[in-house]
Amino acid sequence: MGLRMIVTVKQVPDTHNVTGEAMKEDGTVNRAALPTIFNPEDLNALEEALKIKERTGGHVTCISMGPPNAVEVLKECLYRGADDAVLISDRRFAGADTLATSYALKCAIEQAGEYDLILCGRQAIDGDTAQVGPQIAEKLDINQLTCISAVTEIDEESITAKRSVEDGYEIVKSGFPVLLTVTASANEPRSANAKKVMTYKNIGKEICNSSYDESYMAAETCAVISHVKEWNVEAISADPVQCGLSGSPTKVKKIQSVVLTGCESRQIANSETEITNLMNELVSENIIG
Amino acid sequence: MSNKKNVMVFIESRAGKIAEVSLELLGAARDLAGKLGVQVEAVAIGHDLKNELTVLGHYGCQRVYYINDERLAFFSSVPYAKTVVNTIKAHNPGIVLFGATTMGRDVAPRVASALKCGLTADCTDLKIGEHQIKDKTYKNTLLQIRPAFGGNIIATIVSPESVPSMATVREGVMKMITPNPDAAVEIINEACTIADNDFLTEVLEVINEEKAVNLKAAQIIVSAGMGASDPEAIELARTLAAALCGELGCSRPVVDSGILDKDHQVGQTGITVRPNLYIACGISGQIQHRAGMSEAKRIIAINKDPNAPIFAIAHYGIVGDVKDVLTKMINAYKKA
Repeated sequence: MGLRMIVTVKQVPDTHNVTGEAMKEDGTVNRAALPTIFNPEDLNALEEALKIKERTGGHVTCISMGPPNAVEVLKECLYRGADDAVLISDRRFAGADTLATSYALKCAIEQAGEYDLILCGRQAIDGDTAQVGPQIAEKLDINQLTCISAVTEIDEESITAKRSVEDGYEIVKSGFPVLLTVTASANEPRSANAKKVMTYKNIGKEICNSSYDESYMAAETCAVISHVKEWNVEAISADPVQCGLSGSPTKVKKIQSVVLTGCESRQIANSETEITNLMNELVSENIIG
Repeated sequence: MSNKKNVMVFIESRAGKIAEVSLELLGAARDLAGKLGVQVEAVAIGHDLKNELTVLGHYGCQRVYYINDERLAFFSSVPYAKTVVNTIKAHNPGIVLFGATTMGRDVAPRVASALKCGLTADCTDLKIGEHQIKDKTYKNTLLQIRPAFGGNIIATIVSPESVPSMATVREGVMKMITPNPDAAVEIINEACTIADNDFLTEVLEVINEEKAVNLKAAQIIVSAGMGASDPEAIELARTLAAALCGELGCSRPVVDSGILDKDHQVGQTGITVRPNLYIACGISGQIQHRAGMSEAKRIIAINKDPNAPIFAIAHYGIVGDVKDVLTKMINAYKKA
């Protein structure tokens, strides 16, 4: 039996490694020039799900919304031990803000079937909003525990977790179903399992590759899926008006590339004399004591 | 009751004390309300907060809807979000502001989802302006300004068709107004209508931990970026910070790489600081970081790249090896 778990994952541009080419002349972002990565805290959410599965048994389904090549992050999930993977992809999902994104994910989660526990990364590094998790929970009308830095106890009835807050932490408990948003300090995500990489590296085609060596996979306890499911608006019974741009109340009015407001700046040479003079000056101005 | 679309602030309280960010937001709300010719309202949820609420008036709040219930003494997502939704439905504010705290970031998205309205996270500025969609002009709409895309651009977000428009703002971003002890706030008690079975989270324990670092209160911050992230450079930055009675800060990639704890992070998604002196060591100076420190009274930038954007906002620029410069600074200060 065990817990039925859903993990939402996102492929994001690697905003930490932005180069000059990432910005177009008009100040907009050139997404094509940016490498994509697995959103870091989504890996923590996946790791937590896999740990729970190891403790109590269960089933882990990963869901991602994105362009067709977002299947790559779902393959990364399978390499680490996820049981099932669903990509929701449709041009009509494009331009979604957090509200429209959470609507589409809510529809997909309902389509995927019954669940006990939904795990999301606390936030994605491209928007840093931390909004989609709670919005999914509200749309599913279930409880949420956000900013979780450790799962302390879990059984078939309830989950107890450590929630990081400004001046310390709380120990909180909830029954199921519940949605968790997981922070980077929750765990150290495992790396891909070589056998699973062999199993799933060519997945993505609708047709199962019959050349798989079944005996090679016999050591694995769970059934091997033959393909990543890809669902469009109709497949998840979503209202197209609530998806993508038309379902997004927030609009981008203006994008500015960053203009540095200059201040009177003094160049200090990297010499003992000039640095000593600077420090003395700051002392005499009572900036430093 | 006014039928104008007022500006409403979600008042956050922790252990019966009103959070600073809520008072800061009242100042921002007062500016917005002034431009719109409307009033500043608030929604306060909790238990036995009444004595705390008078201070809201001092900071510019005209009316607070107060939902007092023993069951609301501890934060719980569903009851808090439902209470805010009920208050918004009853009083129709045009703008609702939340602190971008763990509580605000938990409640605000649930509220936005329930009301199907727009919500912009971590705004660094809020203005009133107009927005055009096709041939329709929306006047007096909330302009929600925030760095986006890892801080490489600044985006102005609007949600003109959404009532209300909602935004979260980090602690320290908005300035508190000078309190006026004579300004009174009208406290309106409202009943809590949340059913027992909506209280789905049990808070078993609340543990307060003294923060090892207190960047907000620090007058001097020595901050390390990826250009100063090797152990030796971090140690030198820490030594200089200690010598100056300051704190050690850092940029986001240093936290993401697991080198320093999140409590040290300065920037849009970290802590916003206004120290007397900020020494940026090996920090390139992305907008994401600058959003959290550009209002320091003095900024010293140390970087080996003379073209690093941090130099544009620094009062003193030192081009050179971080470890070398820090060592010279430590020695110079010891002699001074």
